[in-house]
Amino acid sequence: MDEEAVRDFNERCAQCSEVNWGVTDGGRFYCRSCHNVTERTREVINTDFISNSRVQTISKGSRKKEKTDRGCEWYVCEGFQFVLKKQAEALEALGVCPQMKDEILCNFWRLYLQKTKQAYCDRPDGETVKALPLCDSSTDVESEPETPSLLHLLSLSESEGDLQTDSSFISSVSKVSASTSVCSGSVDGSLYFMKNQKEKLRMTMPMTLSFCYMALLWLREPMTLSDLLRFVVEGHIPYLNVFQHFPEKMKLYGVDLKIFCVESWPVYEEVYDKMLELAAFLDLPRFPDITDSCFLHPDMLCMKYLMEANLPDELHNWTCRVVKKICIGEADFLTLVPGNKSTRKVKYDVLAAALIIVVLKLLFLLDDHYEWLLSDFAEERNKNNQEGRPYFEFKKWYKVIKCSLDVEQKKLDEERAKYQWRCEKPLFYSADKKSKVLKRRQMVVNLQNQFGKLSGSVRPAEKPNPSSFQLSWSEENADGSCFHGHSLKGILQEKRGVLAAMNPDYWLCTVQLCRERSCGHLAHYREVEFPQSYHFVLRLFSFLLRIQPSSIHDDVCLIEHKLFNKKLCKKPKYNTVIRK
Amino acid sequence: MDSLLQEEAVKNRAGQAGSDVLPPLRLPCLPPGFCRPASSHEHKLNFQKSKEACLNYIHDAMLQKQWKRAAEFLTFYIEALEKDFSREYMGPSEIIWRIGSEILWHHSHNGVKEFSSFIEQMKTLAIKRYLKVCLEHVFHLLCNGLIDEAYQTLSLAESWRHGEQTSVQDKEMKLIEAYRGLLDYCSWAKQKHILLEHGQDGFEDLSVEQEMHSCFRKAAVNLKEVIKIPGVWDPFVKCYVDLLEFYGDHDEARQVLNEYAYNSKFPANPNAHVYLYQFLKRQGESKKLLVSALKILHDSVPSHELMIEFNTMLQKSKKRKKRRLGLKVIFAALDYAGWKENVKAWSCLAKQVKQIAISEKHLDWIKQEWNSRRDWWPAFHFSRYLAKRNWQENESLSYEKALVAGILLGKDCKYFKYVSHQGCKTQVKRFRMLKKFVNKHSPVYLRISGLSDSSVPP
Repeated sequence: MDEEAVRDFNERCAQCSEVNWGVTDGGRFYCRSCHNVTERTREVINTDFISNSRVQTISKGSRKKEKTDRGCEWYVCEGFQFVLKKQAEALEALGVCPQMKDEILCNFWRLYLQKTKQAYCDRPDGETVKALPLCDSSTDVESEPETPSLLHLLSLSESEGDLQTDSSFISSVSKVSASTSVCSGSVDGSLYFMKNQKEKLRMTMPMTLSFCYMALLWLREPMTLSDLLRFVVEGHIPYLNVFQHFPEKMKLYGVDLKIFCVESWPVYEEVYDKMLELAAFLDLPRFPDITDSCFLHPDMLCMKYLMEANLPDELHNWTCRVVKKICIGEADFLTLVPGNKSTRKVKYDVLAAALIIVVLKLLFLLDDHYEWLLSDFAEERNKNNQEGRPYFEFKKWYKVIKCSLDVEQKKLDEERAKYQWRCEKPLFYSADKKSKVLKRRQMVVNLQNQFGKLSGSVRPAEKPNPSSFQLSWSEENADGSCFHGHSLKGILQEKRGVLAAMNPDYWLCTVQLCRERSCGHLAHYREVEFPQSYHFVLRLFSFLLRIQPSSIHDDVCLIEHKLFNKKLCKKPKYNTVIRK
Repeated sequence: MDSLLQEEAVKNRAGQAGSDVLPPLRLPCLPPGFCRPASSHEHKLNFQKSKEACLNYIHDAMLQKQWKRAAEFLTFYIEALEKDFSREYMGPSEIIWRIGSEILWHHSHNGVKEFSSFIEQMKTLAIKRYLKVCLEHVFHLLCNGLIDEAYQTLSLAESWRHGEQTSVQDKEMKLIEAYRGLLDYCSWAKQKHILLEHGQDGFEDLSVEQEMHSCFRKAAVNLKEVIKIPGVWDPFVKCYVDLLEFYGDHDEARQVLNEYAYNSKFPANPNAHVYLYQFLKRQGESKKLLVSALKILHDSVPSHELMIEFNTMLQKSKKRKKRRLGLKVIFAALDYAGWKENVKAWSCLAKQVKQIAISEKHLDWIKQEWNSRRDWWPAFHFSRYLAKRNWQENESLSYEKALVAGILLGKDCKYFKYVSHQGCKTQVKRFRMLKKFVNKHSPVYLRISGLSDSSVPP
């Protein structure tokens, strides 16, 4: 019984900072390690409210105590709403259409609040707060304009007032916040980690990005998920330390830190999977069609990545042919249908990169032999014939790309090592830690100044301007390092009026796709088992998309299987070499 | 007997434990996600990974002495302090202390002041490390010649108390006190110097003398304490013995040195024997005692510089056994590259070898020593290249070596041939004598190399 009562009281003891609570006869918590009795009383759980209750007890004592350090009462969802708002604003500043913030994202968020019974429903979870006898004043927002509700401050669409007026949620919050304001962090922080939140799809920091990506996808904005995540890491979209922009009155303590303080970059797969989950959870209809005029269509994205990878424009013709052949350019394949488990969901950026790799394999084989042979031939031809467009030399391209890739990779690694994770706003688990944290903070600043002076640079360099291109190549460069205009002649031959590849062979990355559901991958990539040229190309796109090479390899295998499906069943016309 | 009894005891206990009442084994609870390894690299936070990468860059930069670059990365590493909840031995705060002081030592524009402000912050960072940090501060001050400041820092550290004193802290405190004793010794030595100088002028200053004695007392108390603990305390022992000798307490000094050299609880320390030997020599002790001290030194450090002295001492002895040891000592010394070009060592060997060759007694001694070296000394000492170089750089050295080579390897050996040829060309008398000597004693070579049967010792 006692065990149950103390389970959710996981603050540290003010005296010995242990978390080892027991309950006294008087219902108060006492520390089993040092026998310090707190002023917090045990939560009185009313079984009637069990499914629907937010905060059972907040003791009188702690309220009085913290009068000196005033703050508003706020809910975890308000925190996330604030984060989303900031992110939406940043995206708008990056050129995303303003509709995204005020209509799409806002509606998704409302829907989420409704589905999770946090607002816009008959009996929101927040309702029980009203039942607290401690809220002596029940003034409304309108009657007390000096202390506007936080939601008012935070609402995604300030132009529309509906969020403040039409939700019962808002009234319950305003009543509390207008009363003897408690600043023990968020009101429902401790409930956040409770088990029953599971089926509700608990909001997390990475999920804020899932929301953003979902809205971008809905609007078919020209921004891929890899772009979005890169902008996050580069600091163009608030994510890490976003809490520092919270209004002064929203204090973060205790569990709040676990919720809002992130120390990892968002992971592509995680954000993507959560987005799918979220779309299904919200019962969203089929997303707007991805047609061939959309940026996310493989034909468009392939062009973008061909440019970035400094490959000849002529290859685009080939990627389009592959797209057509295996019917992955059709809206039915590309468009997201939430909750439909039968169709495979498309990662547009990964798919486009994989397409380019498949085309490179079709033309150059990438077996560490044939591509160099073709390159030697092209070099010979270019020497003898200076007129017209030069033939594409794989060797030359490799050298140029390898060089700048190594430089960029090194730069990126150093930047990552130099990344500053802490922000100006200090965080402390509880008030008694405050002085210690501030002292540490001051020392860190002092030391940083001291060694910064020694090294000549105190602050990290300015963040780069946001660009969807990480590598750029220009025809105007005289050094001939741009291959966009190079010709594929020499590796193509005319067959019955159609240009076909000289290369008659192909090798498959894998014979069979992995059928094991649990691993979640179609194939399993091991670098040593594959030709180095292939690995190099994977690495290039892995750098551009900032994802693991194995993820791209998965999609390469998928495309190959679509492409060779019939051939695999029938007698092979191509000499298909199969790698083990 | 003892071991037998113990065996019985173990068996008894095992029997008791293994008998009837074995409690059932309770397995510990597994965490809910037990199928995953607890903390694989994959699950590390980017924050930690980023800081680890940063630390690697710092290491690389330091190894290449790029102090500016190291300082730059350290600037970014420092924020790891704010999350330093680890109880690991090498947490961020320890790393920052160590790396930071190294960088400041090598790459600082404002020397002591900057270092002090850094170290003061480090002192407040971790209580457990306080004394260690203080000591490092003291070393830094001493390296910059700030003896008074160092003394102050030590005194301050000595008066520091925090909670219950652990045994580690206890030891560190002893060290702090010992270093203060060392500084007291320094000021004692200074006063002594003043007094001696003025003493010559017939001038006596009572206050200086008094101060000197008070320094002695302070130093002696602390030094005496630290050298009781098993360890390597060379500077402390030396100073303490110096103090004792000055005040005529030779018995105490002897006891301290004997303890330091022979107490098996102390780690093996060649210097302990050196100090003891030097003390005994100063005291004019008997040859026997001196030899026994050096014998131990020879056993642990055959290449020690005192081995020349040892060899000379042994050569003079009337006892065959000691002269035999002398030969062994000098051969062993010359096995080390550090002695390769030492004229004195070679002349010692040449002298003894010559003596043996002339007397034709104890050729077996040489033979025995030579046996283990015959396959590598010629290349190591007696190559033609070395002959050429030694001749150009140091004629006496080449003379001594040629003598040894001529006797050990015969007159056809490259080294001897080259040197005697060059020597005769320049008409130096001793080289002509050398040639004659070697020619005369060529049978010795045959006997020690085992080519002649007559070499069998009686």
